Amino acid sequence: MSRQQTQVLATWLISITAVVVILPIVLVVFYVVAKGIGTVNWQFLSQPPSNGMTEGGIFPALLGTVILTFGTAVAAIPLAVGAAIYLAEYAGDNRATRAIRLAIVNLAGIPSIVYGLFGLGMFVLFLNFGTSILAGALTLGLMTLPVVISTAEEAILAVPQEFRVVSLSLGASRWQTIRHQVLPHALPGIITGIILGLGRAAGETAPILFTVAAFYLPELPKSIFDQTMALPYHLYVISTQVPGMPLSIQYGTALVLLIIVLSFTLIATAIRTVMRRRREW
Amino acid sequence: MSTLDEAPAAWQEQQPSGAPAAKRNWRETIIETVIRLCGISAVVIITLIFLFLLKEGAPAFMQVPIRDLLGVRWYPIEDMFGLLPLLVGSLLVTIGAVVIAVPLGLTTAVYLGEFAPPWLREILKPVIEVLAGIPSIVLGFLGWVALAPLIQAAGAATGLTAFTGAIILAYMALPTIISITEDALYAVPKEYRDGALALGATQWQTIWRVVLPAARSGIVIAVMLGVGRAIGETMAVMLVTGNAANIPAFGLGAWFQPVRTMTATIAAEMGEVAQGSLHYSVLFAIGIVLFLITFAFNSLATRFIGGRSRRRGGQI
Repeated sequence: MSRQQTQVLATWLISITAVVVILPIVLVVFYVVAKGIGTVNWQFLSQPPSNGMTEGGIFPALLGTVILTFGTAVAAIPLAVGAAIYLAEYAGDNRATRAIRLAIVNLAGIPSIVYGLFGLGMFVLFLNFGTSILAGALTLGLMTLPVVISTAEEAILAVPQEFRVVSLSLGASRWQTIRHQVLPHALPGIITGIILGLGRAAGETAPILFTVAAFYLPELPKSIFDQTMALPYHLYVISTQVPGMPLSIQYGTALVLLIIVLSFTLIATAIRTVMRRRREW
Repeated sequence: MSTLDEAPAAWQEQQPSGAPAAKRNWRETIIETVIRLCGISAVVIITLIFLFLLKEGAPAFMQVPIRDLLGVRWYPIEDMFGLLPLLVGSLLVTIGAVVIAVPLGLTTAVYLGEFAPPWLREILKPVIEVLAGIPSIVLGFLGWVALAPLIQAAGAATGLTAFTGAIILAYMALPTIISITEDALYAVPKEYRDGALALGATQWQTIWRVVLPAARSGIVIAVMLGVGRAIGETMAVMLVTGNAANIPAFGLGAWFQPVRTMTATIAAEMGEVAQGSLHYSVLFAIGIVLFLITFAFNSLATRFIGGRSRRRGGQI
């Protein structure tokens, strides 16, 4: 085979492989939409499950996921943004910084089920929060940290050095420079990271298994020390643990979860695209 | 401390650490201390995670002899805690996922980086981000209701097998592998390509003999992080691998039998054990094993990254 023929063959094989990777993604999304769209309506979203969960809607699980995502944001954002500012603006090239970076890479790699174990050991049992929204949100918050830290650090580093130099030369202090010059310009990037992290947290099941999620609750949670149902866990429950569960409700639940999580991704992508266009440097 | 990375040399004059003393008031000192603590918190958190796993899991190592932990039977009701079937389960699913995901991921990255026209790349990259965003439970659910029946129809005794898990996991690892490989390809200087093409190499020869070898450290990182991601996955694997805690017969057929992974075992059994019981400790011990495996993979990957930091701005 001549090298020109190899070139043609390689081009074809590579293009076909790309289709093999990308087509199933599109199919999966369309499949869930097609199968689930018939079930999803206002009643499905606003009613609790009934008749042993084989009828009714998903309201308590939906609300639980919203509460948990909000809790995750409260737990993760201050710490993550602080850490990102530290790494980008303060940390020197020394052993402590390398330790912090190594810790963040590894935090990102720890399996979500191990976060669940940690949440159970520390928040539920040791700190005695019980199986509660507080314990679940803190566990999810820790899991979200590395994503937010990395993207926020990138965003801060992307602010041109000249901005800092000019601000300092005008007599601003280091913190004033960060607060008034660096952070405002990095904000869209930081928000993108936060949204991506929260989207991931909203769809996670393993970290909430032992820390907050309830199989079924007849009442809505009243405080952060109550358990709650959550959408990802609810999907797990109704697809494996409930006999005689109608497929339509399962697909409907999967669709709602998919829409929630993908809208986070979509919003983040949109902010990033708009920002790239607007960027003046 | 205060360095101006990549800034012109003229800027890199001696600068005292921090701003001039007159500008620093107590408020700034507090803020900067808090920021420093936030940075250090990452180390504190990962240490805490390991300590709590140890605290809850240590009794397992003390009360169950190592020989029993390496046994071939996982049957907690009779205090048989052989971890081997679970390790084999995780290994089978992960190896399967890697064998599927690495060639697909590398090729797709090459396509995106070297072949696809810019407009198509702008469409395809978000599609791959969508894949990264699909919750594992949704993929697991689809594997359970849609993929497993296909696998059974293809001739396996059951649709819930290590292979089914491997396919789902491969797609979950793909976004990581693709995006990191693409970064690595992008980092190869354009001169390398121009040089090879000028010498008369075809585009494929250039990619195969020049670009890929130049990007190999990045590709190794991509594969390692992909493996790390696959071995820790829980929910999708739990739904589609059949959860049978036994060691399948050796050979290719092993992939077409039900298995149970370490992650799925923790997820499935932790809800039903008494806190403080031996079974409870053993589940935490599995957590320790998972922690150490992923820690090793990620730390190694970080070593490879070494000097490849991409600092654009700089510090004050």
